[in-house]
Amino acid sequence: MRKVLIVYAHPLEEKSKVNRSLIEGVREMDGVTVNNLYENYPDFFIDVKHEQELLLAHDVIIWHHPLYWYSAPALLKEWFDLVLEHGFAYGQQGDSLAGKWALNCVTTGGGESSYQTSGINRFSIEQFLLPYNQSAHLCKMHYLPPFVIHGVHLLGKLDVNEQQARYRQFIRLLCDESNDFQMINKGNY
Amino acid sequence: MHLDEVFFKIVIYLLAAVISVPIAKKLGLGSVLGYLIAGIVIGPFVLELVGDDGEGVMHIAEFGVVIMLFIVGLELHPSMLWRMKRLIFGLGGLQIGITALIFSLITAFFWLNTAQSITTGLILALSSTAIVLQTLSEKGMLQTRGGRHSFAVLLMQDISVVPIFAIVALLANQVIVNPVEAGVVDEVAQSGWIQLLLIIGAVSIIIVGGRYLAHYVFKLIAETGLRELFTATALLLVIGIAVFMDAVGLSPALGTFLAGVVLANSEYRYELEDNLEPFKGLLLGVFFISVGASINFNLLFNNWQLIMVILSIVVGVKLLVLYVLGRLFKLEKSHNMLFAFSLAQAGEFGFVLISFASQSAIYDEFTSGVLLIVVALSMLITPVLFIVNEQLIQPRFSKGQQEQADAVEENGHPVIIAGYGRLGQVLGRFLNANGVKLNIIDNNPHNIQYLKKFGYKVYYGDMTRKDMLEAAGANTAKAMVIAMSERHQIDKLVDLAQKHYPHLKLIVRAEDVAHDLILQNKGVTGHRQAIFDSAIHLGADALQAIGVSRHQSYRSALTFKHLDKRFMKNLQQRYNKEDPHFMLETRKFSEHLENILLLQQKQPYREMDCAWDTEALIEEAKSNENDNEVN
Repeated sequence: MRKVLIVYAHPLEEKSKVNRSLIEGVREMDGVTVNNLYENYPDFFIDVKHEQELLLAHDVIIWHHPLYWYSAPALLKEWFDLVLEHGFAYGQQGDSLAGKWALNCVTTGGGESSYQTSGINRFSIEQFLLPYNQSAHLCKMHYLPPFVIHGVHLLGKLDVNEQQARYRQFIRLLCDESNDFQMINKGNY
Repeated sequence: MHLDEVFFKIVIYLLAAVISVPIAKKLGLGSVLGYLIAGIVIGPFVLELVGDDGEGVMHIAEFGVVIMLFIVGLELHPSMLWRMKRLIFGLGGLQIGITALIFSLITAFFWLNTAQSITTGLILALSSTAIVLQTLSEKGMLQTRGGRHSFAVLLMQDISVVPIFAIVALLANQVIVNPVEAGVVDEVAQSGWIQLLLIIGAVSIIIVGGRYLAHYVFKLIAETGLRELFTATALLLVIGIAVFMDAVGLSPALGTFLAGVVLANSEYRYELEDNLEPFKGLLLGVFFISVGASINFNLLFNNWQLIMVILSIVVGVKLLVLYVLGRLFKLEKSHNMLFAFSLAQAGEFGFVLISFASQSAIYDEFTSGVLLIVVALSMLITPVLFIVNEQLIQPRFSKGQQEQADAVEENGHPVIIAGYGRLGQVLGRFLNANGVKLNIIDNNPHNIQYLKKFGYKVYYGDMTRKDMLEAAGANTAKAMVIAMSERHQIDKLVDLAQKHYPHLKLIVRAEDVAHDLILQNKGVTGHRQAIFDSAIHLGADALQAIGVSRHQSYRSALTFKHLDKRFMKNLQQRYNKEDPHFMLETRKFSEHLENILLLQQKQPYREMDCAWDTEALIEEAKSNENDNEVN
């Protein structure tokens, strides 16, 4: 069974409904570790050693966050800056993460149609997430297409439950070792 | 009276109390009955140790009632009155009114004149606060629905003692005035006007003085730090008001009651209560003893049939009225039974009123003697009524139905701060800014004055006492911050709170490393060395002063804090919880700075933070460049 690390960043979890529900849905699943950054590092003082050990102990890394200014909340950026050290994650000696899988799980306020050339956001989610894609690549990881939930402001209780179930389903898919990278990489989850 | 004789009497009274009260309590009869029985035993009909002086002693001991009314007034928070207004004024008012009316009618129908029957009705409407409250709280029933209803009615009765005194006094005047000629009546009426003005003046003085002046006096006294001086002031206040009231022709009880209500919101309220409580208890005890001693057993034996009939009518009517009213106020049956049975006796105020009425010539000796016996007997059978209720009546209802203690009314003050020195102040401001309601206990009168202006609830007194915590709402609060400066005081309070209020989360100021570890072992929720954070941030300021950038110096401070957290964890592991030498060892350890510095050296402070450091990158880039050159 593959082990999944969810690096979760949400600065105001009290007021989130979708993200909190998604996390609640997978928190207790076998093989899943939820690493709540804003809860663990309220003063932005990231324990780099501990984070690196967590990365080493898992096979799939999910950067789970709402999309803020087409990127992640600040603490997740800090996490990239500090944890993915030269010599550990990249560079000539840095291949600790080689062969692991990585992807983003993002929620957006705008609807799916806004993330198109003709939409108000002009670019696709995949384009906005290129820095993550490339970061994974630099760390010799395999980057999977993002798990996206659009238009979260307008979701009702039933929709949220449906998304929660969808996320659980997806995590189960990742954990199951009979599903290989090619199969999951098709991205229709 | 010779001095020896005085001391002999004192010894008799005290000895009787010391022997009989514990026995009565052991038997589940409560202290009031203990005193009464003690009085009977030393009285003229059994041991003949005290005789004719009983009346005189009773007169002095009545002052206990005055103090009691002052304390009742102190406990009458206007806000509490308001919350329970329906029960207090509705249920309580109806109980007194209806019971008094029924008894007045019955007595008027049989043999008493108007003044006598009204007085009797009012006297018999009251129940015994002392017995009932004590019994209910001993049995843990005060917070049940039945218990709370009883409390409300007792409260209303205590309040109405004041107007009842006034009514009885008025009736007494009528008794005296009636046969007097008209001219004298005019004179009386005229002086009545002057007296009214005097009374209004006196009451205003009490209200204004209590509101605006008492605070400064108490503060001044409290600042001397002499406990006995505070006691003296409290006694002076009550006795002074009593004398003052007497001088303008108002009942001392009313005056002190009023003063109590005015001071109910004072931050010195608990201190006042604490100081007066022993005097009240002692004087009331002596009062009950003298009541016991004055019970006329000849009268009882010669008229026992009459007295038994009156007693059963009194208890029967009271029970009935209470039961019907309880149903009316939607008490379910089992609670209603407790309510009715607990209040079915006559009360200790009855004794005071009876002696007052016979002094005012309302009663003749026979009537007052019989009434005194009836009141005393009804109080004596109260424990029996409780037992009847518990053994015979409650089992019928409570089969399978669990007694559900009602949730105590939400006070809405989730955090208590114990100790409002400099640490507590900043902390309190912070919590206040976050909309948290605070109850503050402190023993420094300086702080209190300002706090009250800003609407804080502040209690003045010894913080390490249970009743103080109780008063500050420890039962309903969620957390308590202990920010006191004395280490042994802190430890004492932690132990007290953990023992009595296990639900209360404790956030505690630690004095040093050893104290911090000990607090952790005690399992408190939060513990910190008070000076720690400010020391580090001052250090960061020093770094800035020598040219380190603001972010880097801030980051260094953070790094050091996290390092220290690890270091504390390390310490904790080294000293096992079960190790009896733990305290001693850590104390020794933290006293030697050397130890801490050594341990710190082992912690890789420099290695902990190499964030954004590009040295390795540069090296690699350089070596790549070299490679390229080689290639």
